[in-house]
Amino acid sequence: MVAVAARTSRVTGRRFRSVTLGVLGLLGFALVLEVAPRVGIVPIDFAPPTSQILVTLGEQLGQPSFWTALLRTLLTWANGLLIAVVAGTVVGVLLGSLPVLRAATATTVEFLRPIPSVALIPLVIVLYGPTVRSTLVLVVYAAFWQMLIQVVHGVVDVDPVARDTARSFRLGPWGTVRYVIWPSALPYVMTGLRLAAAVALILTITGELVIGSPGLGKEIDNAQQSNAVRIVYALIVVTGILGVLINVLIRQVERRVLAWHPATRAETVEGVGVR
Amino acid sequence: MRFLRRVLLALGLPVVLVAAWWFGSAGSQDFYWPSLSTIVDAFGRTWTWEMFQEQVFPSLWRLLAGYLIAVVVGVALGVLIGTYGSVRALLEPVLEFLRAFPPPVLVPAAILLSGIGDRTKILVIVFGCVWPVLLNTIEGVRGRDEVLSDTCRTYRVTGLLRLRHLVLRAASPQIVTGARQALPLAIILMVISEIMAANEGLGFTVLQFQRGFQIPEMWSGVLLLGLIGIVLSLLFRVAERSLLGWYHGQRAGQREF
Repeated sequence: MVAVAARTSRVTGRRFRSVTLGVLGLLGFALVLEVAPRVGIVPIDFAPPTSQILVTLGEQLGQPSFWTALLRTLLTWANGLLIAVVAGTVVGVLLGSLPVLRAATATTVEFLRPIPSVALIPLVIVLYGPTVRSTLVLVVYAAFWQMLIQVVHGVVDVDPVARDTARSFRLGPWGTVRYVIWPSALPYVMTGLRLAAAVALILTITGELVIGSPGLGKEIDNAQQSNAVRIVYALIVVTGILGVLINVLIRQVERRVLAWHPATRAETVEGVGVR
Repeated sequence: MRFLRRVLLALGLPVVLVAAWWFGSAGSQDFYWPSLSTIVDAFGRTWTWEMFQEQVFPSLWRLLAGYLIAVVVGVALGVLIGTYGSVRALLEPVLEFLRAFPPPVLVPAAILLSGIGDRTKILVIVFGCVWPVLLNTIEGVRGRDEVLSDTCRTYRVTGLLRLRHLVLRAASPQIVTGARQALPLAIILMVISEIMAANEGLGFTVLQFQRGFQIPEMWSGVLLLGLIGIVLSLLFRVAERSLLGWYHGQRAGQREF
C-alpha cells in the first residue's frame, strides 16, 4: 500500500512538475514577445507587444463581423473535411480490399499526390472566382490524400488470420467490412482524420488569404492591406488558437473511439504530411 | 508475361487518363478549358530557358534555402530539447502552440516585419517547415534504444561520437519522416509568399497569367507546379533510400520472422 501510494505521489509529482514547467514556458514566451518590441529588438510599429495584441483581440471579440468571419472559416473547414473524409474512406476501403484495383491505381496516386494544392489556386480563381467553392476545392483536394493513404494502409494491414476466419464463418462482404476490416483500420482512419483536419485548416486559411473567399484569412489580408497591424496579429493568434482547439478536439475523439484499442500505435505512418 | 502485366498495371491508368484528357479536350472552344494540345504548346512557348532563369530558379533557390535551414535548425534544436527532459517540459506547450498556426498566416506578419524581399520569403518557409522536423526529432531522440544508450555509457562513448552514432542514428527515421512532412509545406509557402509578397517568382508569374486571362499559359504554369511537386518528392525518395537503407532493411528482416 505504502509503496503504491509513494509511486502514485511520485507520478503525480512529476506530472505536476511538467505542467508547472509548461505554464512557465508559455508565460516566458509571452513575456519575451512583450519585452522584445518595447526595448527595440524588433520594430514596435510592426510587431506589437503581447499585451496590445491581447487588448485588440478583446476588442475583436466584441464585434459581430469577427464572429461571422470565424463562423465562415469553421464552416468551410468542416464541409471540406467532411467531403474529404467520406470520399477518402470510401475510395480507401475499395482500393485497400481489391489488390487489382490498388495495383492499377498505384502509379496514378503516386503522381497526383505530390501535386501541391496551391498549384490549383489560379485554376479555381478563373473557374469559380473568390467564392467558398474555390477554397473548398483546395481543402478537399489536400485533405483527401491524407485520408486515402491512411485508410489504404489500414485496410491492407488487416490480420490475415482474422480475414481467413471471417471467410470460414461465411461473414459475407458487408460483414467482413463491418466486423473485420473496419475495426482494424480504425486507428489508421483516426490518424488520417487528425492529419486531414490540420491540413484542411491550413488550406481553408490559405484560400481565404489568397483567393479572398470570406473568412478569417480574408480579414487578415484586409487588415494588412489597410495597415491595421494589431488586428493582423490578433487574428493570427485566433487562427493559432483554432489550430490548437481542433487538435485537442480530434485527440479527444480519437481517445473515445479507440478506447478499446490495446496498442499505442506509432503516429508516423509512411507517406503523411501536408500538401 | 508477369513483367508485361506489371508494366500494364503501372502505366495503364495514367496513359488512359492522359489520352482521355487529350482527346476529350481536343478542339475545345471553352475559353477556360483549352485543349491539352494548346496547353502543351503554350508550355513550350512560355517556359523557355530565360523564363526559368528569371522566374523559376529564384523560386526554387528560396525553396531549397528555406527548407534546408528549417531541417538543420529543426534537428539541432530537436536534439537539444529531446536530450533534456526539463527543457522539453518547459517548451512543449509553446511548441505545440506555434506548430498549430496554419503557416500561411505568417506571410502577412512577415511582410510587415521585413518587406517583400527574398529574406521574408525564406523566413516564411523556414518558420512553416521547422515544426514537423523539430517535433519528430524530439520524439526520435527521446525514443532511442535503452540498451544502446547503456552500451554507449559503458564504453564511455561521449560527445560528437555519441551524437553521430547513437543520437542522430536513432532519431534518423523520425527526422526523415519530419522532413517528408515539411517538403510539401515548403512548396505551399513558396507559392503563397510569392503570390502575397508579389514581385517575382513562379507563383507570381502564374498568377499574372491568370489576371491577364492568358488561360493556356496559366494552365501550363499549373502543370509546371505539379511537375515540380512530383520531381521534388521523387528526389526526396532517392535521398531517403540512401540515408535510411539500413533501417528499411532491418524492418524488412524483422517482418520476416
